[in-house]
Amino acid sequence: MSEKTLTPPPHTEPVVFTRDMLDWLSWLQPPTEEELTPRQRESLVDAARSKSEYFRLLARAPDILEARTRTDKDIFYNPQAGAPRAERELAAAATSRLNGCIYCASVHARHAAVYSKRTDDVDRLLAQGVTADLGERWNAIVSASAALTAIPIDFGPEHVERLRKAGLDELAIIDIINAASFFNWANRLMLSLGEPAKQG
Amino acid sequence: MTDVINLLAGIEAGSALDKARDNRPEARKHAQASYEALFAPKTPGTFSLQERFAVAAFVAGLHGKAETKEYYVEKLTGTGASPELLVAVASEVFESHTHGPYGHYPTGPLTIENSDGLKYAVTVTARHVLGQRLATAFEHAHMLVFHPRDAAPPSLQAMLDAGWSTTDVVTLSQLVSFLAFQIRVVAGLKVLNARSA
Repeated sequence: MSEKTLTPPPHTEPVVFTRDMLDWLSWLQPPTEEELTPRQRESLVDAARSKSEYFRLLARAPDILEARTRTDKDIFYNPQAGAPRAERELAAAATSRLNGCIYCASVHARHAAVYSKRTDDVDRLLAQGVTADLGERWNAIVSASAALTAIPIDFGPEHVERLRKAGLDELAIIDIINAASFFNWANRLMLSLGEPAKQG
Repeated sequence: MTDVINLLAGIEAGSALDKARDNRPEARKHAQASYEALFAPKTPGTFSLQERFAVAAFVAGLHGKAETKEYYVEKLTGTGASPELLVAVASEVFESHTHGPYGHYPTGPLTIENSDGLKYAVTVTARHVLGQRLATAFEHAHMLVFHPRDAAPPSLQAMLDAGWSTTDVVTLSQLVSFLAFQIRVVAGLKVLNARSA
């Protein structure tokens, strides 16, 4: 007898890209908080993540969850030089916009807006997509993220050149490559293991 | 174990780009740890190494980057894969590689952005070689690679019905999604490396 997917409770699905806080409802059975083994708890890295269905579901495979989480944190939170946090978040939001992950885009558009204070530009990205005009430096970052997200991958020397001209150094360019690539990972999990829901 | 991203991107130890990567030491270390968790697990459980590398060779093939494609085909060969399995993987890549990301949005203002593309089903010949379990995984992986926003519970149910446990579906989802990351990092760093050389 095979296992069954879950039917999420009644909810309203978001139908546009937004900076609003959204919920996420799992299509597969996550362990309850009480069921988490010590190893699964440890794999969450942040204890507070035991409140999240998404992270509890991923904790079914703890080794890859822990490694993924630690990769994620260094790519986005390491404050040592490189691209400013806002621009790493911009790359994540642009990638999510192109792949069509409304949930991921909401989280990282919020972060990009908070860290950059450029709310209008972030909203333009959400509304118009990766061809929106956000000024040259952000355009270069969004264009590089979109080229990395396309399959076949379209990223070439011209993207590196444009990022350099826009003022990004070697480490900043690595940060953009890492952030956009990482969201090609995150988007696929978020999109395929459950669905977003409006809050309230 | 060798740093797989450096290996695939052709970054030499001690080179400028290798040193630059060290500025994100945790990301570097745990990208490698992610690879090892998926492809050299402490216990593969009910998701065998040959299945893992078969899916990886298919996914890497779909991305069309020679360096990663060859690496995973070699790894699959190393698991003792039959010539028939290697041929099936190669022919399914040939049959189903396309351009993405495409897919549908929930009905509303984004409907105008819907774009159609291939809904892949494993060929009859390959299904015979792969078996139902791996064939279903290839179909799920193809959706994840090219049109993840079309994901819906029936695709997961198909995996469960083909004999995958819920936990193995999570691991398979991580494996395909990790490759979407690794292949892009490698492609990006390779361009950067060619420029700084």
